Amino acid sequence: MVTKRIIPCLDVRGGRVVKGVNFEGVADVASPVELAKYYSAHGADELVFYDITASFEGRKLFTDILTETARQVFIPLTVGGGINTVEDFARVLNCGADKVSVNSGAIRNPDLIYEAAKRYGDQCVVLSADVKRVDGVFRVFAKGGRENTGMEAIEWIRRGAENGAGEIVLNSIDTDGVKNGFDLEMLDAVCNAVSVPVIASGGAGGIGDFVTLFKTLPKVDAGLAASIFHFGEVTIEELKRACAEAGIPMRI
Amino acid sequence: MLAIVDYGVGNLFSLKSSFAAIGQEAAVVTDPAALKKADRIILPGVGAFADAANKLAASGMRETLMEMAAAGTPLLGICLGMQLLFDKSYEYGEHAGLGLIPGEVRPIADVIPKGLKIPEIGWNALRFPYGKHAIFRYVKEGDHVYFVHSYYAVTSPAYLAADTEYGAYLTAAAAKANVTGCQFHPEKSGEVGLGILRAFCEWRPEEETVC
Repeated sequence: MVTKRIIPCLDVRGGRVVKGVNFEGVADVASPVELAKYYSAHGADELVFYDITASFEGRKLFTDILTETARQVFIPLTVGGGINTVEDFARVLNCGADKVSVNSGAIRNPDLIYEAAKRYGDQCVVLSADVKRVDGVFRVFAKGGRENTGMEAIEWIRRGAENGAGEIVLNSIDTDGVKNGFDLEMLDAVCNAVSVPVIASGGAGGIGDFVTLFKTLPKVDAGLAASIFHFGEVTIEELKRACAEAGIPMRI
Repeated sequence: MLAIVDYGVGNLFSLKSSFAAIGQEAAVVTDPAALKKADRIILPGVGAFADAANKLAASGMRETLMEMAAAGTPLLGICLGMQLLFDKSYEYGEHAGLGLIPGEVRPIADVIPKGLKIPEIGWNALRFPYGKHAIFRYVKEGDHVYFVHSYYAVTSPAYLAADTEYGAYLTAAAAKANVTGCQFHPEKSGEVGLGILRAFCEWRPEEETVC
């Protein structure tokens, strides 16, 4: 059986990890390369690098960092942030990324998913959606969750998968940062709409939230989180052991 | 020299980095003359079968690859590169492969229960039901490797080197004499994957195939 994946997400700005923390054995916790190596050696099934720089210089630093990480870390690497064109796909894939996640870029240019999937294959294209309830309807938000696009989210995601997105990252703005568990209702709606893997994001506060996620929604393929791993509140190893004890397939 | 065959399908960055990480020099080759100098060959690939088979032929390296395989050069196909080793594939039609390992490539949808996701993406465990091939010298049964695939090779137990359970038992690796292939990505499978690449580099098919 294919295992459920645990994915730490690293926000990178100016070549450094934002929200770095103290880890035993990691000299420089703000170094994306060091942190990626640490997570890879301690059970991460995949890594997401999110480029939150806007400047040209920042972008250059990001690709240098990505290249260096891909030279040293041998688990799947997904890159997101600032992906607006097929050329942006080429840029990060040439630096060693395996998958590329699109969000606002796909909202601005709905053909981006199709074009990228045609050139690089569905398995390479991840649609990341920031979704929030507005008057009881799931709406897609752009620009890091600041702008309501007015689009209905489930249909947007369904269409994205149809156009070639090989995986979906669903980030619930409603549960993000609350640390009170993943947004099971929203995830269930997305899982019922698409047949590609769905990665849950937003709301992980502890080990129990992952157990609940995979137990309640067996269709969810992976759980993504940032701060609980970075701040050392939860180690990936103990999280995976707890999930395995609860009968969830895990790579230990 | 270990050669990674570059025929324009897929990204070779991780593969190159993986060999560097295990201290093996690997050269990316794009033409028959360079390929001929190899004493070990990696045939990578992602994408669609027919397109890859055509590009390999167009690169001029197909014939060289066939000659070298016949002469006993150790060859490892990875993902689509592994599928190319078989007689034919039924991905969007029917297309001839290299015929180096008997078998054919079929959609996993044919054999897995409805409701399981396609492609299979993620980490799955290896099984060695018919003995352990030398490339798995450093691997234990049950170790996980990273898969991304919608098609799988149907072959006989004589050539099955490993399988994996995804609603059905699917070929994870196959081998015949000096030719072997992995459906999964060793270059994305952490330490387990690096161990497989290392074992391939050490493998002497004329001396040992099963360990």
